[in-house]
Amino acid sequence: MATISVPNDAPGAAQRRGRVFNWFERRIGIDSLLHQALDEPIPGGARLAYVFGSGLLFLFLSQIITGVFLGLYYVPSADHAHTTIAYIAKEVMAGSFLRSLHSYGSSAMVVVLILHLAQTFLYGSYKGRRELLWVSGCVLFALVIGMAFTGYLLPWDMKAYFATTIGTNIAGEVPLVGEGIKRLMRGGNDMGTLTLSRFFVAHVFLIPAAIFGLIAIHVYLFRKAGAAGPISEDPIAPKQKTERFYPRQVLMDMGFGLVFIAALGLLAYFVPVDLGPKADPADTQYVPRPEWYYLPLFQWLKYWQGSRAIIGILVIPLIIIGLFVGLPFLDRRLERRPWKRPVAVGAFAIVFLSLAGLGALSYRDDHRDPGIADQLVKQREETEQFMRASFEPEPSEASLAAANVALADPLAAQGKAIYEAQSCNACHGEGGVGTPAGRLIAIGVKLPPDKLADVLKQPTDKMTAGGMTAVEISDGEMRALVAYINSLK
Amino acid sequence: MDAKERDLERTQGLDGEDASSKPASPGRRSFLGVLLGIGTASVGVLLSVPLVRFALHPVLGNTTETSLSDLGTVDEFSSITSPVKRLITIEQRDGWRKTVSQKSVYLTRDADGQLRVLSSICPHLGCSIPWSEVKGQFICPCHVGVFASDGSLISGPPPRAMDELKTTVENGRLKVRYQYFRQLVHSKEVIA
Repeated sequence: MATISVPNDAPGAAQRRGRVFNWFERRIGIDSLLHQALDEPIPGGARLAYVFGSGLLFLFLSQIITGVFLGLYYVPSADHAHTTIAYIAKEVMAGSFLRSLHSYGSSAMVVVLILHLAQTFLYGSYKGRRELLWVSGCVLFALVIGMAFTGYLLPWDMKAYFATTIGTNIAGEVPLVGEGIKRLMRGGNDMGTLTLSRFFVAHVFLIPAAIFGLIAIHVYLFRKAGAAGPISEDPIAPKQKTERFYPRQVLMDMGFGLVFIAALGLLAYFVPVDLGPKADPADTQYVPRPEWYYLPLFQWLKYWQGSRAIIGILVIPLIIIGLFVGLPFLDRRLERRPWKRPVAVGAFAIVFLSLAGLGALSYRDDHRDPGIADQLVKQREETEQFMRASFEPEPSEASLAAANVALADPLAAQGKAIYEAQSCNACHGEGGVGTPAGRLIAIGVKLPPDKLADVLKQPTDKMTAGGMTAVEISDGEMRALVAYINSLK
Repeated sequence: MDAKERDLERTQGLDGEDASSKPASPGRRSFLGVLLGIGTASVGVLLSVPLVRFALHPVLGNTTETSLSDLGTVDEFSSITSPVKRLITIEQRDGWRKTVSQKSVYLTRDADGQLRVLSSICPHLGCSIPWSEVKGQFICPCHVGVFASDGSLISGPPPRAMDELKTTVENGRLKVRYQYFRQLVHSKEVIA
């Protein structure tokens, strides 16, 4: 970074840019900021291999934009989440497209994250005083996986509900603290609307905030250490010729980002993401399957049952994660060529291939077991059926109350007819909701039935002042009317 | 390998280590800048179209309009002589919610024998007007506004006749569009 200076593009650049630009420039310093950002020297020059970090930033930006827009319609409550997502997917203009873009975007983040990580690993770019850069990247990896995990529940369909039930159950398997973690994540013993609220807050506020912070740290540490360059380069004191970040690397980065997002857009447009039927916790038949990037873990856990489970769930993953995060501390040599690093590259390949193999095994198991295969086909059909059905709006509470009254006891139903015939609804509103005169809902709590009948026959002075007139009906009709008013809740 | 790589990089026209003193030619830099700008702008515009459509859905789409309510077949009402009260179900959409409510309307005939559908809400202060079979009049219980069987004002404080609702016939079924009207004014004014 020491090589950065502010180059003059041409003589008299300041005059050419004009007074307005200079006015802003003196106050913001945008020019030097841009040069600071764009003139980062890259030893060995720009390469396509370096595009993944910026690619992740573009994808994250796309996730933020689509996520914020989805928030225009989404309601994080077990009662409404599924309805609002169905509304987005089926009714709102471009809703299915934006939701699909957001959903595919989350998978794309994981894919590009793996590419970014593989490139950094194979190029040995974590070497040479880049330990903290690597660790911050590992934390970002965990946060992105956390985003995928928390976002998965939000549609509250069968798939989301049961996958998260399993996910939180796995956390519960951890000895000592597991049960507490599970309860903390779920907001209680069982999955419910509190779980959804917690996942929503994590997905929309907590984890994104952490990601913003970590990205700042990650980029700062990257700039501090400098670009590592090709595998032939010395990671501490680069000797190769440098090329500035702008224009060629910027072009490659942006080109990759644009092509990638355009491809996601096409996918979202032509193969929209579906939504299954609303979560039904009582369904015992449902076979939940996690998103593809969780399949290896899902399969792995199948092999660890009973008392040995702790080894598979905790010990082995912790060892692998520890080795992975601690890599730059353990691998101190400055050698970067992969073929000269057989242990590290071999271990990486084994873990990577094992994960891929576990994923493939999971897929194969599901297709070999006829019971599961049939159930998966059935679930697929149910999802397609739900997607074909037109959007059904959710009845609001007011209409539910009205409907309930109509269904209640016949005396109250008769009372409702009297209420309308006597034009009580003119002032007390349909269903006693009030305006301009008093609300009648829950008035039965204050007045016992005979008292209520009395004031209806002979209104108090206060009531008369408000415009209430005496109700002149038979005793039988009065009983019905009182029953109706008592039923208003 | 190293030498080969360096050769390759040299042919790619890299800047020297002292890049700051020898910037890339302004022509090429600005050309790439323009290319980048155009690419970004076009993808940006392309992606902002669905975003705008998405955000404007409630503004552009008819998401809050009241649907038509069914009254029954036209034949059912062909022989009525005095006003008939009917409860209609109104489904009002509010985004992803719907409010289902019931309102009463009157079917009646005007002087020319044309079928009319009247709102039962008094144009005076909004009370519900019952039909008095005995008197052959609509009499509002609140302030004794009196209307004829076709809804025209006879006496009392109401400023105008009972409000007529728009109807259509679809496949032999009579449908009505329920609306609310401003009270206490002489001319019929739709609200909400």
